[in-house]
Amino acid sequence: MSGSLEVRNLHKDFRLRNGVSFSTLHAVADASFAVEPGRTVALVGESGSGKSTIARIITKLETPTSGEVLLDGRPTPRHATREYRRQVQMVFQDPFASLNPFHSISHHIERPLRLHHPGLSADQLRSRVVELLERVHLTPGETYLERRPHELSGGQRQRVAIARALAPGARFVVADEPVSMLDVSIRVGVLNLLADLQRAEGLGVLYITHDLATARHFSDEILVMYRGRIVERGPSDEVILNPRHEYTRKLREAAADPDRLGQLRDEVRSEMTGGPA
Amino acid sequence: MADRFAGIRYLMPRWSAKLGAGLVIVGLITLFGIVAPFFTADPRDSSNKGLLPPSPEHLLGTTKLGYDVLAQLATGTRGSLYVGLLGGLSAMLLAIVFGILAGYFGGWLDEVLMLATNIMLVIPGLPLVMVIAAYVQNTEGLGDFARSSTLVALILGVTGWAGSAVVLRAQARSLRTREYVAAARVAGERGLRIIFVEIIPNLVPLIAAQLIFGVMAAVLGEAGLSYLGLGPTNSITLGTMLNDAQTGQAVGSHAWWWFIPPGAMIALLGTGLALVNFAIDEIVNPKLRLAPQAARQQRRATKAGKGVAGGGAYA
Repeated sequence: MSGSLEVRNLHKDFRLRNGVSFSTLHAVADASFAVEPGRTVALVGESGSGKSTIARIITKLETPTSGEVLLDGRPTPRHATREYRRQVQMVFQDPFASLNPFHSISHHIERPLRLHHPGLSADQLRSRVVELLERVHLTPGETYLERRPHELSGGQRQRVAIARALAPGARFVVADEPVSMLDVSIRVGVLNLLADLQRAEGLGVLYITHDLATARHFSDEILVMYRGRIVERGPSDEVILNPRHEYTRKLREAAADPDRLGQLRDEVRSEMTGGPA
Repeated sequence: MADRFAGIRYLMPRWSAKLGAGLVIVGLITLFGIVAPFFTADPRDSSNKGLLPPSPEHLLGTTKLGYDVLAQLATGTRGSLYVGLLGGLSAMLLAIVFGILAGYFGGWLDEVLMLATNIMLVIPGLPLVMVIAAYVQNTEGLGDFARSSTLVALILGVTGWAGSAVVLRAQARSLRTREYVAAARVAGERGLRIIFVEIIPNLVPLIAAQLIFGVMAAVLGEAGLSYLGLGPTNSITLGTMLNDAQTGQAVGSHAWWWFIPPGAMIALLGTGLALVNFAIDEIVNPKLRLAPQAARQQRRATKAGKGVAGGGAYA
């Protein structure tokens, strides 16, 4: 498949040591899927289901035990080349940890620009940084340049992280729970920003989350992971409305359901008063 | 274009009485070591009468061989500071190389580097320094260098880095897993650049604390070596002064002006450096600052009769 980011038969095993005995944990078992430009694939699953491991393999922070990552239909080398880094970028989960507290905001965006566009002059670099900041709605961009991460709110920091991922000119972005550490009130804002950027640039996004509601809102296709395996996949509405796998059903029931609002509270009250509701 | 030093301010220690006192002590001693030798008499001039008590002519008296103690103290302070700084710096460099490389890269490199560190750590310090010093000083072909303070400083540096390396390795291991390091890797940064640009700036307080500790250890180590007669013979340091005082039986002849000044100088320098170190520790670990503060506030509240902790919850 050309013009896509694809993983094929991905396996990742971790060897766990417990005293002298070893055991093997299959963090990811036989995962295959493709992300196409302009489309969003959501990877949904509970903690420890292997979602983040897939993200780390795609961004070449981790090497797979077997299987490969293909970019535009061609296998990619085990360790990332600069060209691969330019095409595939990542937005991390925790905006408080993903920016270096020592460095200014402009450092974070300038470095990837400098690495992937070595020909830029200092002035061009500066205007590109400002332009990127404004593209993620941090306006006016100049006022953010010399500020340090701790002076920004969580949402602003995550915008900086998104700008950093866009800086090399990436075609594919892996977003590993990009809003789970943010206040509920600003989550939609950050997600809409990602969606806008995606539309404007034709980005392919791998959206990793444990939240079915935003996955449905945001993505074209949903993959449900459970214990390292992709147990269900399909168009998002299809997966949410007609879940076939046991685990997907459970996941859906665990989500807050507007029809059952207050049910739990009423149950607790009735138990405390000692009588049936 | 980016403000490369944007982070410096956040690494500076907070002003406190401890820091102030430490800086004043260290600053005065350093100033004394740098400036005083220009104004005092020749420390190697033995034409004075021996064992004179302090007088306007010889402010700190003279030694048995007729050296002026003040002149020796000034030059000795300079010599000790030189040994301390060089020894501390070389220990810090080795600790950075061993500790941070081991911590960041992990794997077999970590195993090898930590094996070396652990070996250095379990060998008792002073005996090792004595053996190396005695051995090197008797090596043929080193000439004047064999008994110079530079060599003593380097020996102290080479034997004194292991503890700092362990501390730096632990911290580097923790920083390595931070998301900003992963983000730098995803951006395409190379390993060494990540170490120097993303990791080391966040270790600056720790490295500074280790450096100060290293300087202290080198000053004291040199004093110990010299006292045992293994120090530099062609230069004057506080340690060689104490050695002279001991062999000249200064205590027996009640020549307090001979052994108290160098001893007090070493103690003061150690105190000053330790105070600065405490202030730096408070940046590395804010609890050190906040817990005593909280305890003070609680005590005050209890005294004012407003306490709710019952006196038992002081941090």
